Amino acid sequence: MVELRQLRKTFGPIVAVDEVSFTVGRGEVLGFLGPNGAGKSTTMKMITGFLTPTQGTVTVNGFDVWKQPLEAKESLGYLPEGAPAYGEMTPLSFLMFVGEMRGFRGAELSRRVSEVMEKVNLEGVAHQPIDTLSKGFKRRVGLAQAIIHDPSVLILDEPTDGLDPNQKHEVRGLIKTMAREKAIILSTHVLEEVHAVCTRAMIIARSKVITDGTPADLEARSRYHNAVILRLRGPCADGVQAMLQGLPGVESAEALDGDAMEYRILPKDGQPIIGAVSQCVHRHNWDVVELSVEHGHLDEVFRSLTMPAQALT
Amino acid sequence: MGRVGVIFKRELVGYFATPIAAVFIIIFLMLAGAFTFYLGDFFARGQSDLIPFFDFHPWLYLVLIPALAMRLWAEERRGGTIELLFTLPVTLWEAVVGKFLAAWCFTGIALTLTFPMWVTVNILGEPDNGVILASYLGSFLMAGGFMAIGSCMSALTKNQVIAFVISVVVGLGFILSGFAMVLDLFSGWAPQFVVELISSFSFLTHFNALSRGVVDLRDLVYFLSLIGFWLFATALVLEWKKAE
Ligand SMILES: Nc1ncnc2c1ncn2[C@@H]1O[C@H](COP(=O)(O)OP(=O)(O)OP(=O)(O)O)[C@@H](O)[C@H]1O
Ligand SMILES: [Mg+2]
Repeated sequence: MVELRQLRKTFGPIVAVDEVSFTVGRGEVLGFLGPNGAGKSTTMKMITGFLTPTQGTVTVNGFDVWKQPLEAKESLGYLPEGAPAYGEMTPLSFLMFVGEMRGFRGAELSRRVSEVMEKVNLEGVAHQPIDTLSKGFKRRVGLAQAIIHDPSVLILDEPTDGLDPNQKHEVRGLIKTMAREKAIILSTHVLEEVHAVCTRAMIIARSKVITDGTPADLEARSRYHNAVILRLRGPCADGVQAMLQGLPGVESAEALDGDAMEYRILPKDGQPIIGAVSQCVHRHNWDVVELSVEHGHLDEVFRSLTMPAQALT
Repeated sequence: MGRVGVIFKRELVGYFATPIAAVFIIIFLMLAGAFTFYLGDFFARGQSDLIPFFDFHPWLYLVLIPALAMRLWAEERRGGTIELLFTLPVTLWEAVVGKFLAAWCFTGIALTLTFPMWVTVNILGEPDNGVILASYLGSFLMAGGFMAIGSCMSALTKNQVIAFVISVVVGLGFILSGFAMVLDLFSGWAPQFVVELISSFSFLTHFNALSRGVVDLRDLVYFLSLIGFWLFATALVLEWKKAE
């Protein structure tokens, strides 16, 4: 439903977005990850037609965003970065305004406004000027505004930034329920969010797409993918670490904590090693406190992919 | 009600939701009164007309309207709401016109509130109400001209102070271009038709014609096309640098 082709944007000498191409279909939730200044927001601004690209095209539901902007915008909902809103208005009057701009009138308008206020829990502050709302409530107003017309394509720039944990949970739930019949693109700096809501994750760094895959694919790129955490009770037995290191498929075993017997066993090439480890445990009758498989650390993948090589050490 | 109407309504209500409305209207009325009675010798002239009142309007507008117009686009840019506005299904032109009309209408409301002045001359004497009506029309159109200039300057920068200063300077140009002193600067080197063109661009020339009670179509066309021109320029400027 959203298609980007060879999208590029430069601001003078700065290349903000470089040759980005992808498509997002119904039912997909695409998460943009990337360091500050990577070009996530700029890409979103071009998808929504606010910025004109230096090169390339974007189509939304088959409408070219620059040749048929009105049709494309009808089916788009957009939460800009920082959730801007007219500060002197109240959430109620602001949502009425957006609803009217979207072409709703009368009973339909009031129904949609109250429905959307309920979805993001805004009823309590309906009559308070937006300027005086806390950051999280402002974000919710921005979110409400983006979904009031039930768009088929949703672009959300850091939708959960500034929300409390309960609200984060609710908003993620909301995004997941909407995901079925929409194409959603969101950006986030919260890596766990990728797990919670995204069906697909894309890391953007230095204005280019670096990886594009499911969150699981991304985790599989971690050194910790399929690593095993093992914690034993009892007197510190010698040679445990060496024994673990000698198991088939094991790359290395590192002691996590000096005194407690806790080890992280890293596999060679990400192959599953839990079987070998548990057999070893049985053979020696070790007293196990914890035995678990890691899926991989997204933050580690993120760092290794987005930081220039020399900065890694 | 179309989208222009929706934007118009939001903007106009917005003026009254902030102290802008009260401050602007009170200062406008106070200055209009002060100019008329102290500088214009309203009573001492012994004439029952509103000429001293209207004579000061260009100067009043020169300062007050840029103050009102400077926020039109600069504030949208600074607050980021411009991104919101232009990702709604609305054309650039509809947004420019809607916001302008609201601001213009607001000055119209302030102007209407000077009606006690009109009541006073009617009590004191027998003025030519046709002339007064034409003067009000001229004043309102001139306010629109200043507002359209201010709208364009506001689109140029997100800094409201800069927008204000440039609007005053450009507005001053449109007042002074009727003055002989200014025209002399051009008559030395520019062809004659350019000099005439410049003088015909003056707000004063056209406003004075209207405030003498002569409603000439050319003066109306002048103001309306001037407004159209500056709004067109506003749209161009926004298209060019709305993201900055
Ligand atoms: N209007 C502008 N003028 C000049 N440069 C700009 C402009 N907007 C963005 N940039 C530059 O483009 C690059 C990408 O910015 P962008 O806002 O897209 O980053 P981002 O990935 O959203 O970062 P963040 O995580 O901090 O939100 C940055 O280097 C930024 O300085
Ligand atoms: Mg951003």
